[in-house]
Amino acid sequence: MIGIVGYGAYIPRYRIKVEEIAKVWGADAPSYKKGLMLREKSVPAPDQDTITIAVEAARNAVARSGIDPKKIGAVYVGSESHPYAVKPTGTAVAEALGAVEDCHCADLEFACKAGSEGMFIAFGLVKSGEVEYALGIGADTSQGAPGDALEYSASAGGAAFIMGAKDVAATIDGQFSFMSDTPDFWRREYMHYPRHGGRFTGDLAYFKHIRGGVEGMLKKAGAKPQDFKYCVFHQPNGKFPVKMAKELGFTEDQVKTGLLVPTLGNTYSGASPLGLTAILDEAKPNEKILMCSFGSGAGSDAFIYTCTDKLPEIQGKAKKTRYYLDTSPAYLDYGTYVKFRRKIRKNVED
Amino acid sequence: MRDVAVIGIGMTDFGECWNDSLRDLFVKAALQAMDESGADRLDSIYVGSMSPGLFCGQEHIGSLLSDYLGQAPVPAARVESACASGGLALRCGFFEVASGASDFVLCGGVEKMTDVSGAQATYALGTASDQDYEAFHGATFPGLYALIATAHMHKYGTKREDLAQVAVKNHENGLLNPHAQYRMKITVEQVINSVKVADPLNILDCSPITDGAAAVLLCPLEMTKKLSKKPIVKIAASAMATDTMALHQRKDITWLGSTAKAAESAYKKAGVKPGDIDFAEVHDCFTIAEICVLESLGVVEKGKGGEASRSGLTARDGKFPVNPSGGLKSKGHPVGATGIAQIYEIVTQLRGEAGKRQLKKANRGLAQNMGGSGGSAVVHILEVL
Amino acid sequence: MITPPVVRRNTPQRYRLEAGKCKKCGKVFFPPRLVCDKCQCREFEPYTLPSEGAVVTHTVIRTPPRGFSDEAPYCMGIVQLTDGTRLLCQIADCEPERLSVGLKVHLEFRRVQEAGESGVLAYGYKAVPER
Repeated sequence: MIGIVGYGAYIPRYRIKVEEIAKVWGADAPSYKKGLMLREKSVPAPDQDTITIAVEAARNAVARSGIDPKKIGAVYVGSESHPYAVKPTGTAVAEALGAVEDCHCADLEFACKAGSEGMFIAFGLVKSGEVEYALGIGADTSQGAPGDALEYSASAGGAAFIMGAKDVAATIDGQFSFMSDTPDFWRREYMHYPRHGGRFTGDLAYFKHIRGGVEGMLKKAGAKPQDFKYCVFHQPNGKFPVKMAKELGFTEDQVKTGLLVPTLGNTYSGASPLGLTAILDEAKPNEKILMCSFGSGAGSDAFIYTCTDKLPEIQGKAKKTRYYLDTSPAYLDYGTYVKFRRKIRKNVED
Repeated sequence: MRDVAVIGIGMTDFGECWNDSLRDLFVKAALQAMDESGADRLDSIYVGSMSPGLFCGQEHIGSLLSDYLGQAPVPAARVESACASGGLALRCGFFEVASGASDFVLCGGVEKMTDVSGAQATYALGTASDQDYEAFHGATFPGLYALIATAHMHKYGTKREDLAQVAVKNHENGLLNPHAQYRMKITVEQVINSVKVADPLNILDCSPITDGAAAVLLCPLEMTKKLSKKPIVKIAASAMATDTMALHQRKDITWLGSTAKAAESAYKKAGVKPGDIDFAEVHDCFTIAEICVLESLGVVEKGKGGEASRSGLTARDGKFPVNPSGGLKSKGHPVGATGIAQIYEIVTQLRGEAGKRQLKKANRGLAQNMGGSGGSAVVHILEVL
Repeated sequence: MITPPVVRRNTPQRYRLEAGKCKKCGKVFFPPRLVCDKCQCREFEPYTLPSEGAVVTHTVIRTPPRGFSDEAPYCMGIVQLTDGTRLLCQIADCEPERLSVGLKVHLEFRRVQEAGESGVLAYGYKAVPER
């Protein structure tokens, strides 16, 4: 039985409300809130980035797994906002955990599904017996262009999963990937902010690929929506995953635990992974979870998990997702927010 | 070892000396000291300067200044102990004369801090702290002393006003010092309401960025009568001590151990107790420093430094005047020059030449010069015969 | 200095809190040293610092040094960890009004400095209070 032996989340403490952003750009806050089903998003402090978030999430995963981090044989970090264009994020994480030096390491990219890719590969590596434990992380501090719709939702956070074959807390019963070459959302090199195809990003991108991922996963596993206690899909806003769930035959009850976006925003590569950690924080033995990520460009990774008796033993061993999301958030005004996100042009320091 | 006397002193005005280079400042101060000394030669030169390299891009200043003073081929060396570089220069010269190796040694200090931006100057000053465990994290010197202040206030009940009073008192003294950078009266309210630098310290708690130089000429005591008609000033003790570099590794964050050790050694060498000292020039790089130094010198009990400031003990007309020159706060703090400028003031007072600043009782003075957050300290005791 | 060799050499301490413990008298050194300043012994064993502690003294840096201008004002303190070891670091995610002697904190991984816009990034520890 191979699956998740440890998991961890991390969300920065700062937030900004939709009203605060709308006010500056003369936009109608209530219609954004209603249209996106989103009230506020997380903001990384100036001293936080994908590496720091990934490290903290991974430390929580190690704490829950109870393993010696030296035994981690592979570290993958998926993100759209790796701090360096050239120099890996994964090596910093491996070094911080002490998983060095005999460890495979790679940084992954595929818009918002880069995190689930690491999980996909980690499972395969453990299943093949190539490594004893493999760590897959999805973390992001992505930027939205000022004044663009995405500015309301692009947020920061990350989740980490250690896959192994011993003391498994949630077995991975199957994984399935669905992809095509679809230009729904992109960023060329040297551009600060991404661009997107507007409403095109709905039907032909998000909905098509999650549908393909979920339907393919269910078929492969011989399962149906009713088999699951929880489902979690990529959550760029609060509307899409709820609409998708309904279309695929899942209920609001199944969606609600993993739906963090209304107060978290879209953590890109961390989005469905953080929804998963929120579910794992509460799930009980034998409950089944369906997860499906989505990355623009485009593709989806789907997974089926079954919780084991081990899960309740490890839930309390590190801070929970809701602790990070709900406890004493610190709200920023727009000026501090753009200062934190380095959107202000300054003189190069002396 | 033979007894050593200070036979000549000199210093430039302290301030933003735009028209004077590092060389100009040093030579001007040195020539004053040499001229009034009556000595006809120099055997050796020591220059205290924290970082001519970072402030001016110029190293090798022993050679440079010996050259520009017209003294090459006299041996010359720059010595460094951060803000205690000046005191260290005196200590080196003292040993060279005391040992008999040289008769006439010039001990100078100089720092030219305004050729670079404020940011670069602050960076250069920061190199006196632990680079990997203090500066790396964003600690500044005001920050480190602020940590001492917070701890002192928490442990001993020292008040914010006690710190401010140190600056007020030093400015009162500096008003009468023609060489001082800031000759203006300030109040406790002004100090507390001035721009915040590192809580609880405000800008008026902090010594400024300054250009300046000072120099003293040493000779064996036995030769002074031949050369000068001024009162004879003897160096009764020279002592130095070190402590941990990083503030957080000190046993007691509120205690300046290197100053305590150096003072203990100096008192022993001079055969005196704290009560035998008439006045002191101490290293008030920040107001809290003067408070802590009073305790480490044994002038007041541990924890009572704030009270001493509050009570007027250290005022010009108090029982133990501290910083009659105006201290680093009002006189200015050209880093390497400070230790020697302290000696300039003490000698001036001991000779009775301090004019409006003259203290009533000035027979034995103590100079305390400190590096960084207290990683090093140099203490000298001088007596007039 | 944030140069490649300096960043690399400091990694075990900044990323993993690796310290050294004197084999003779047990004093803990962070960073590890070659000679014990208490008993002069030259043999040490590896030791990892705990990551929980409390604030011993604190300040708020309002006039930042070069490299920290975007972060001012920021909190800084000396933290005593649960094993008695002290270190200095920033106190992050903490409003200045919340600072107090005795405030409980834990160490988190944060980006401490960068060598300018195009230079190397230097990561390390900062103290963070409970939310």
